[in-house]
Amino acid sequence: MTVILAEIPYWGQSLLRVLGGLVAVLLPAGTIVYVFLFKMMSFMQSRLGPMEAGPYGSMQLFAEVGKWLQKEDIVPDRADARIFKMAPIIVLVSTFLLVAVVPFGPDAWFTDFETGIFYALAVSSISVLGILIAGWSSANKYSLLGGLRAAGQLIAYELPMVLAVIGVVIQAGTMNLQKIVVAQNSGSMFGIDAVGHPYVISQFIGFIIFMIAIQAELTQAPFDMPIAESELVSGYMTEYSGFRFLIFFIGEFATAGVFAMIASVLFLGGWGVPFAWFGWTSIDDIDNWMNFAGPLIMFTKMMLLVFIIMWIRFSYPRLREDQLQRFAWKGLIPVALGNIAVTSILKVVF
Amino acid sequence: MTMLGDRQQLSYIASQAADARLNLELETEGMTLNIGPQHPATHGTLRIIARLDGEQVVWAEPACGYMHRGYEKLTEVRTYPQVTTLVNRIDWLGSFANEVPFILAAEKLMGVEAPTRAQYIRTILFELSRIANVSLFLGDLGVQLGAITPVFLAFRDREYVLNLIESATGGRFHPNFDRIGGLKDDLPAGWIDETRAVMKKLRGFCDQIEDLLFGNEIFQSRTRGIGVIPRDVALQYGLSGANLRASGVDWDLRRDHQLPMAWNKADWKVWTHPDGDSFARCWIRLQETRESTKIVDQLLGSIPAGPVMAKVPKIIKVPEGEAWVSTENPLGEMGYYVVSRGDLGPFRVKIRSASFNNISITPWLLRGVYVPDIVTILASLYFILGDIDR
Repeated sequence: MTVILAEIPYWGQSLLRVLGGLVAVLLPAGTIVYVFLFKMMSFMQSRLGPMEAGPYGSMQLFAEVGKWLQKEDIVPDRADARIFKMAPIIVLVSTFLLVAVVPFGPDAWFTDFETGIFYALAVSSISVLGILIAGWSSANKYSLLGGLRAAGQLIAYELPMVLAVIGVVIQAGTMNLQKIVVAQNSGSMFGIDAVGHPYVISQFIGFIIFMIAIQAELTQAPFDMPIAESELVSGYMTEYSGFRFLIFFIGEFATAGVFAMIASVLFLGGWGVPFAWFGWTSIDDIDNWMNFAGPLIMFTKMMLLVFIIMWIRFSYPRLREDQLQRFAWKGLIPVALGNIAVTSILKVVF
Repeated sequence: MTMLGDRQQLSYIASQAADARLNLELETEGMTLNIGPQHPATHGTLRIIARLDGEQVVWAEPACGYMHRGYEKLTEVRTYPQVTTLVNRIDWLGSFANEVPFILAAEKLMGVEAPTRAQYIRTILFELSRIANVSLFLGDLGVQLGAITPVFLAFRDREYVLNLIESATGGRFHPNFDRIGGLKDDLPAGWIDETRAVMKKLRGFCDQIEDLLFGNEIFQSRTRGIGVIPRDVALQYGLSGANLRASGVDWDLRRDHQLPMAWNKADWKVWTHPDGDSFARCWIRLQETRESTKIVDQLLGSIPAGPVMAKVPKIIKVPEGEAWVSTENPLGEMGYYVVSRGDLGPFRVKIRSASFNNISITPWLLRGVYVPDIVTILASLYFILGDIDR
């Protein structure tokens, strides 16, 4: 394997990785907003969506960002100002922390972390903190209700998410996301290695549970009670305006992108193509061009998963809080536990 | 039926007791939440004062009057033909239907009756405004529950109906087309075929909404068994329209009142539902939209020829007397009690609008429900703020 990064000094590599992290969070977020929120939703609703800014409205997001940046940054009188200002940043930071372990190619990673998925699940919970303090510090009853709902919901759905991931970890035998990718692409099913062994096939139940759980973690409909614009105005973001709202807004879609990336790493083979196609056997055989093709493959898979998330979001009505909790505790968690049991038995047998 | 009422009563008492005990032990107070006057769920300026214990409502009361425009008083300084301009702004989504009962009351006092052709066209336009009104309700229902797509389908298909109303009357929202003794104009050429095509589209829209929304498990779990109004309670609170029929009361003024309109010339069905919950109210409205398209289709085929205006004097003076006429409007029973002293304008008009009575049940209905259900219940009761406050 030719290592292109080896010629660059360490500080240069670090700088590249930080810049790459920014791109990996903000570029998918912008694309998701334009492709899905602006265009796909419009087409589903028999309208055109933004058409004026740029060709087919493609510059609309820049116009929106410009608008938000010009707006006054209002902090309510009764609000706990310091915490109120901190909350959106905490939410966005958790997204950046999350992307740090996602591999984009054989060498295109930010940190090659041995317990990567464990770390990812841990830092994804930080956003709950941001949402909770946003709800509490706004000094608004709707925000408070929204914040508490969000806390209850995110904690309830973290559990099925973790349990769904355990199935993958058992199959791959590692928590390192890079190694999970390699395990899927170098694997074979019943001796046929044409498509590798993406865990979406053997861990199909886990995949479904994971997708439902990230739908809830992202507070997208039908699990959008924390925002519930017809009941709680805007939930925990009711009092936010200007660029603080923008940060929440970007955070929402950036997190959708990053969760979809993690899902594609865990279940769809991540950045890789089946190694058998090019006669590779391990990560060391991989050609250098995969460092450039990998992010594109990853991006395609991410868009596919975000499409599913957004598709459901735009077509389903919202559940009620107690129905949501019941669904998590009585539906998803028992199924996820059963999935782990079956997976570990099969792992031992084969 | 009454069992459910008892259960609601018990849950209210239990929640009150729990509230009191909590207050004693932990010295916590419930939270008073003002839903409205500016709130997305109240589609207008209704304010609901709700006392919450956690997410459960222990006491709620609607505070209306934020949009009071004084139409009853204003009618006293208008002549009879001018009043229709005012009253078709009461329920702004089905405005032609607001004009009809007032004109019928004035005609009753004057002893004139519109020609048969005018009666047919009135009925057709009345049903078209019902479709325009209720189809928006069907779409808006999704928005209240968090599904944002159906409302755009509703706006798309409602546009066809509004175009029809516009091409016949000249006004999309406020036609102001009804005259004492008939109508302002005859139908434009080609209107009947166009209307038939649109009615077909609207039936397609109803099927689409039924597939998209009513068949959805989440929609059903959010609306079935929520906000149950038993038959006797519905009658006591003076509900009318679809809200009453959803509680199992077979009552429709279009069929029951003998008015100089053409409803009895068509073959249609009054739907009722035994459950009385939010789902029943929504479902009744969906069926009614279908029935309305059927009524319009049948009447289009049998419109008689003839004039659209009876012989009435140029300057209308209504003889002394009092008259009450009510019709089955999109939102429920809407009636006008017109008192005339023989002047150019009415001496006093009392407007009975459906929504005002329909929301009067909310203090009873919202007890013990959760905050998300407030939205479902309010959406399914279907009121329009202009119709509450007048």
